[in-house]
Amino acid sequence: MTLLHVDTVSRFFGGLKAVDQVSFEMESGTIMGLLGPNGSGKTTLLNLISGFLAPSSGRIIFNGRNLAGARVDKIARAGIARTFQLVRILPSLTLLENVMLPAVFGHRAHWGKEAERIAREALEKTGLADRAGASAGDLNYIDQKRLELARALAAEPELLLLDEWLAGLNPTELQEGIKLIESLSGSGITIIMVEHIMEAVRALCPRCAVMNAGRLIADGETSAVLSNKAVIAAYLGDAEDA
Amino acid sequence: MIRLAIALLGLVALAVVPLFASEYELGLLIGMATYVALASAWALFSGQTNYISLATVAFYGTGAYTVAVLNESLPYPAVLLCAALIGAGMALLVGLSTLRLSGIYFVIFTFGLAELVRQLITWYEVSITGTLGRYIFLDLTARDIYWQMLALAAVAIGLTAWINRTRLGLALRAIGDDEVVAAHSGIHLARTKLIAFTLSATLITLVGAVASPRWVYVEPLIVFNPTVSFLTVIMALLGGANRLWGPLVGAIPLFLLFEWLSVNFPDTYPIFLGLLFIAVVFVLPNGVLAGLDDLRARFGRRGK
Repeated sequence: MTLLHVDTVSRFFGGLKAVDQVSFEMESGTIMGLLGPNGSGKTTLLNLISGFLAPSSGRIIFNGRNLAGARVDKIARAGIARTFQLVRILPSLTLLENVMLPAVFGHRAHWGKEAERIAREALEKTGLADRAGASAGDLNYIDQKRLELARALAAEPELLLLDEWLAGLNPTELQEGIKLIESLSGSGITIIMVEHIMEAVRALCPRCAVMNAGRLIADGETSAVLSNKAVIAAYLGDAEDA
Repeated sequence: MIRLAIALLGLVALAVVPLFASEYELGLLIGMATYVALASAWALFSGQTNYISLATVAFYGTGAYTVAVLNESLPYPAVLLCAALIGAGMALLVGLSTLRLSGIYFVIFTFGLAELVRQLITWYEVSITGTLGRYIFLDLTARDIYWQMLALAAVAIGLTAWINRTRLGLALRAIGDDEVVAAHSGIHLARTKLIAFTLSATLITLVGAVASPRWVYVEPLIVFNPTVSFLTVIMALLGGANRLWGPLVGAIPLFLLFEWLSVNFPDTYPIFLGLLFIAVVFVLPNGVLAGLDDLRARFGRRGK
């Protein structure tokens, strides 16, 4: 079943085409890597899907509904959750409260014991359960990243957008992170992950899409995409340039 | 449960006090209750969301003026109801147009709002009704006013306590920390802020309405005094605007201090007001209650 259909979506900033006529579809329960050089429009594309930015044109069909340009909270309640490239936590709230937010206000809107149960489960999955009552402002960077993921999971999303969630982890943490995402995709969540770490992309994503200068230049099976000439040129430059 | 019992006992005790108080002491009690109610109602919205509103006196003055205009044509309870409705309507209108503003723009707008309302009423009185200044003749004793104000303060604190335990409270705290995350969690930002702002402003309008009979003579320059807005902010910040009892803890000592200063240094006391404002922001940015918690944590650690 098609969960997400991004249909000729564009976003312009003045004369700059940050995202230029991008189209792709995703089946429910699949995982896709979104690659591309810095400034190629990956984060902008995620922002368009999560509603943080409105597309200049095009449609974003999610579960049969066009969400292009809808308010952020509406899109969140429709079942799309995300993490941010620059970590965003709520420092004055406890870990449990941070994670309860999307359980309470999100996709399924629980309250009371049920919301707390879902929040604790999400903290459990990300290894933060024993610090549920601590203040989120006291966490170190890696734990803030975990907290962000826990928050996205507590939304019980159908589509999860990960914006370089693995960036900045040390090798051990990276292995843990990869395992965690693997278990998530096994549980039926559809995932789009923007990622620069090729090891993780190869391990997790059977399918990859590559952006360059706002356009989608390749989309398909990962090893084929990574050996695609246009993709190599986008990362390393054309033979003529060199 | 025990906390609720203590709070209720305290309320009963405070309600009995005027039976033994002199006229002067009763005046002080009314002033304290007024500022506890103002600061608590203000913190209901601004304390949680970190949207610093300087519009307190816009609503407070509107409440007082509503009583001044209607006190001879309607029974007192109906006048209060009108004041509440006018306050709520004004808050909805202002909220819808300004709650999209963030940070400093919101502060400046709310400051301007008080001046705008004052000028509008002055213009209306001078050019339409042809008079400036009205009299309030109501058959209310100082004790009646004190009890009403005490009830308002209790409602402001009780409502805050209740909201803190609801979804609305969680949403407001999330907004205070990071609106982007709040929205991405599914919180309807505009609606959440509007509800809290309107509740807060309605209470503040009622405080103005209940306080007004003490003046007897009312004109815009008296009831739209911006010092009220600043005092409310300082009091709430001093105690801790995001704590349930913070505004109360800040309001009582500051009210007494300013009462004493304005009697003994009538000309220079605004200087103290400014100094205090600066001191609070620098020394106790999170308020006295948070400061006490820090101290306790520090000594607790040293003890171990």
